[in-house]
Amino acid sequence: MFHKFGIKIIQKVILLANSQNIQPSNEQTDKQVLLSANELTCIREDRILFEALNFSVSSGDIIQVEGPNGSGKTSLLRILAGLSQPYDGSVLFQQQNIVDHADAFHQNLLYLGHLPGVKGEMTAQENLAFNLALHGNDVSTAEETLEEVNLLGFEDALASHLSAGQHRRIALARLWQSIAPIWILDEPFTAIDKRGVNTLEQLFLAHAQRGGCVILTTHQDLSFPEDKVKKITLDYRFY
Amino acid sequence: MKTDHNLSYKSAFSLIIKRDLTIAFRHRDDIINPLLFFIIVVTLFPLGIGPESTTLARIAPGIIWVAALLSTLLSLDRLFKSDHEDGSLEQMMLSPHPIFILVLAKIIAHWLVTGLPLIFIAPLLAVLLHLNENSYGALMLTLLLGTPVLSLLGAIGVALTVGIKKGGVLLSLLVLPLYIPILIFATSAIDTAAMNLPYSGQLAIIAALFFGSLTLAPFAVSAALKVSTN
Repeated sequence: MFHKFGIKIIQKVILLANSQNIQPSNEQTDKQVLLSANELTCIREDRILFEALNFSVSSGDIIQVEGPNGSGKTSLLRILAGLSQPYDGSVLFQQQNIVDHADAFHQNLLYLGHLPGVKGEMTAQENLAFNLALHGNDVSTAEETLEEVNLLGFEDALASHLSAGQHRRIALARLWQSIAPIWILDEPFTAIDKRGVNTLEQLFLAHAQRGGCVILTTHQDLSFPEDKVKKITLDYRFY
Repeated sequence: MKTDHNLSYKSAFSLIIKRDLTIAFRHRDDIINPLLFFIIVVTLFPLGIGPESTTLARIAPGIIWVAALLSTLLSLDRLFKSDHEDGSLEQMMLSPHPIFILVLAKIIAHWLVTGLPLIFIAPLLAVLLHLNENSYGALMLTLLLGTPVLSLLGAIGVALTVGIKKGGVLLSLLVLPLYIPILIFATSAIDTAAMNLPYSGQLAIIAALFFGSLTLAPFAVSAALKVSTN
């Protein structure tokens, strides 16, 4: 319909994400570019989600991708993590395409998607220990880490007996042990209670201060000061 | 930021094997159901054809092997499906380990819980079918070399169909034709053994299929998984 009447709704891609050509960085020069998106275009079911998207993510950045349902937030995050391939364009890590240097990139990446990746047949502690070991992190402190996410007392409970929020907490527990600088988190606050959200926000700030970066989507308002968060806004497009 | 990881192929390999075996033993249906299916399919034939020993002995190798193919097919779905549904597969794709190592470990764990029990139960069923007594060695050897090939080739089909909601029938259509060479050479080896002739030729071909799929299938599966999770 929209197409027929020639209505063109031009997508506004607001790039506050430190794009050098728009906003020359006047902060200290040791800010390292961790990840950069180069002319990214994504098409799903014949609909352009976003087109020629350029931005770069530096150490210390917290970036919130926002937009209505179906605007391509998850698609963008999956492309940045290398799980999906863009229709056009590339994602660069240390000036190298992440597709060609997947192993090096994955050592520096922590991605949590919609699905928590928790097995019902294993206990909370086994799940966390496996997730940590799979990504080459230290496993010895798995039990203490569960305490951080308020799962003390549930270490030996099978995950199938735990709630959705507790599954999410098991998945998020990896954040406390992670040494990867790039965190890409798709709706990390889903099913998490208010206090948990607060704790996570503090963790994100601490991670950014250590020189990491966080790219996340959420429909909640983050309680960070305005200058701490950069936003990428995707609009819903009809054609 | 410092990035220091403990990464070795061996640790990644044993990590996945341990995890998949833990899950399988806590979810025993996965082990028992394909095995029961194998037993029931084989016992249906004497009931349908009649207890005449010469007829049964003639068709025994084919029955055991076809039942083994079908029971492997039945168990294949679990290989990547549940990992895909709960998001663990995504995490494996994003781990710093090469995917083919993780895939190979998953396939071997799958064979340990589905292929290996078939080898133990097959001689009992062979008695039921009056299999020629010269053929037992050939039956065991062909199963030992052949069932890993079933898991390896099947994994390619599962990886291709894992993103499809109802991929069950499609999986059979993809995978069963690939099993034909194994079926031909395995049953031929068992028949040859029954005639007291050397069957090392057929066995060598099955061994070649085994080593070929062992080295190549994990790469095909990795590529297929990348397409499926895209």
